[in-house]
Amino acid sequence: MPRHLLSIADLDRDGIERILARAASFAEASGREIKKLPTLRGRRVLNLFYENSTRTRSSFEIAAKTLSADVTNFAASGSSVEKGESLKDTVQTLSAYDPAAIVIRHPHAGAAAMVARWTPAAVVNAGDGKHEHPTQALLDVYTLTRRLGALDGKRIWIVGDIEHSRVARSDILAFTKMGAHVTVCGPPTLIPRGIEALGCDVRFTLDELREADVVYALRMQRERMRDSYVPSLREYVANYQIDGRRLGPRQVLMHPGPVNRGVELSGDVVDSPQAVITAQVEAGVVVRMAVLYELLAGARANAPEPATPGPVLA
Amino acid sequence: MAAPRLVRAPAPDATLVVRRAHVLDPNAGIDAPHDVVVRDGEIAEITPPGDAAVPAGAEVVDGEGRHLFPGFVDPHVHLRTPGQEHKEDIETGTRAAAAGGYCMVVAMPNTDPVLDNAPLLNAVREEAQRDARIPVGFMPAITRGLQGAELTEMQELREAGAIGFTDDGRPVVSAGILRRAMRYQKLCGGVIALHEEDPTLSAGGVMHEGEVSARLGLAGYPSVGESTMVARDAALALDERARTHFQHLSAWQSVEALAAARAAGAPVSGAASPHHLLLTDEAVLTLDTRMKMNPPLRTERDRQAVIAGLRDGTIECIATDHAPHATFEKDAPFEEAPMGTTGLETAFAAVYTGLVRPGVLTLEVLVERLTAGARLMDLPVPTIAPGAPANLCLVDLEATWLVGESGYESRSENCCFAGRELNGRVLLTVAAGAVAYRERSFALSEVRP
Repeated sequence: MPRHLLSIADLDRDGIERILARAASFAEASGREIKKLPTLRGRRVLNLFYENSTRTRSSFEIAAKTLSADVTNFAASGSSVEKGESLKDTVQTLSAYDPAAIVIRHPHAGAAAMVARWTPAAVVNAGDGKHEHPTQALLDVYTLTRRLGALDGKRIWIVGDIEHSRVARSDILAFTKMGAHVTVCGPPTLIPRGIEALGCDVRFTLDELREADVVYALRMQRERMRDSYVPSLREYVANYQIDGRRLGPRQVLMHPGPVNRGVELSGDVVDSPQAVITAQVEAGVVVRMAVLYELLAGARANAPEPATPGPVLA
Repeated sequence: MAAPRLVRAPAPDATLVVRRAHVLDPNAGIDAPHDVVVRDGEIAEITPPGDAAVPAGAEVVDGEGRHLFPGFVDPHVHLRTPGQEHKEDIETGTRAAAAGGYCMVVAMPNTDPVLDNAPLLNAVREEAQRDARIPVGFMPAITRGLQGAELTEMQELREAGAIGFTDDGRPVVSAGILRRAMRYQKLCGGVIALHEEDPTLSAGGVMHEGEVSARLGLAGYPSVGESTMVARDAALALDERARTHFQHLSAWQSVEALAAARAAGAPVSGAASPHHLLLTDEAVLTLDTRMKMNPPLRTERDRQAVIAGLRDGTIECIATDHAPHATFEKDAPFEEAPMGTTGLETAFAAVYTGLVRPGVLTLEVLVERLTAGARLMDLPVPTIAPGAPANLCLVDLEATWLVGESGYESRSENCCFAGRELNGRVLLTVAAGAVAYRERSFALSEVRP
């Protein structure tokens, strides 16, 4: 396990499976109700969020607290960030609190990797720009393997705004590493040129959606209409909405949330038995527990703590 | 009577003899070992190796095993004065240039405030007369405030010493305004240099649009965002017969557009930057902000096209687009970091190491392309010939060095070649007759009383 979780690109299949196994052990040990574990007692986890994200932040917070860590949330608004402090200065200031881990969400690609260079803490990328969202991909793989078993040979379609989606990028990498075959589908204006380099196929229509074992719908934001990526919501819905007519009975439906009912998904499929959207949210907690455990408790088990603290600028 | 186009701080005229260096000057047609005698800042004599008589008081420089080139000329640098002296100023910028073997540089106007009026031009020229290590020329803006809307007082600026005009850093989006500038050029002269970018196509792009941007989730700036503007403005240049120079060409389509325009008879020229000759967007994969520049690093196909254009003369010169930024500014996420790389101290060595040593480009072509910027800016081309002002650089082609290891002469450190081992070290630069740079380990040589 690397010292940080910055991107799925840094992990191999073994690394992913190790995190998933750890997550499964947390889920199984505690049954339906996850009990609090003492693993990270006395250690600090800082959530540093430069974008609003109630879901991801609370999921990380619950995961860390379940492991008995002391959690502090820093939001970009109302903080030193608004006073013009640079990311580097903020991170070095927060590092003075000696956190075991910094969980960072930032609107720009590579921010988490930069933070990792500036702090001795373990860094978890909770989303960097449109680049990656590795814990989302891990919880998606976890959810799917729970539902389908191994992903080898499974066909997964990711539908919607690929261009602006860090979830799509991390999922393409994670699903293909687990042996699945990924197809991305959406309006040509929202599929970045060169995305095939990540190892996926590209489709512009849902005509062949029936081949998919898994349909993963992405959130469609209204500002894409304003910027003429698609001419109208109506036309997008007509071409790309996953509804009861398009979704097959044996297909699994996923979505990273929050869902725009009536846009990327029709109301009925959200509540259908094919949908695992709530299971994804549940998986989020155990997978993030597993990530924190592997980075913090795992590392401590393998390497003894140094007698004196290392330099702040590692 | 217009002001001289180049200015620098007073410096003593050099008197020196470079012994037994391999003199390579494509403009003068020299490519053999010689002694070169510089007396009172002028090239006095070129003799067979070992034959030169040493004038009284002359320094004797051992050129054995080294190469002597005409000083290089960079038609595109950012000296950041006025207003951004925390990045660079005229003193540090021209010192960096001298360390790279340059004897003339032309500074861009995207300063704060923008260099768009004669009083400001007079002020920066005064500063250069105090601080510039080598002769420097200034290229004021085409449009006031680089806003693309109203022309600057081009005639007054020319009389005050403007080399030419550019809105560098930004395109002249309006074809109508550019056409006006081209027509007005008939009155005032001065090349019009263009940063070509269609902002509706580059649209917030922070790197080349392609596989790497798709992977990283970064907004891409496609090649056609540059080339369509090259084609448009080449058509205007042809129609108006306006001397037009295309800066830092980065896309294969742009090279084709330039070649087509030239074939049609348009009075256009182009420049390539070392980073576009040597790096591709693959270098951005690590999100190293030193790899963020505008135009962006593009694909191997683009790189090869720019190299081919430089080799066959479609692209006449190398320009560094030396763009210093403070470390704290570059220490930001890639999308937030400012665009630009420094280049003056590494241009020769980087292109020599990357293209000449592997046999892609001849040394002769490299030296020619590093000096041709003078001709394109209507400046005297540095030449190693008796009677010419001494503009020289002595280079040890075998010396290797690690970029950044011993710091930079520039105030800034944002060099895209940092950490690379390069061949070719500039030992001595003479600019407009004065010694402008001496490499630290290259001690003052024997001086005859």
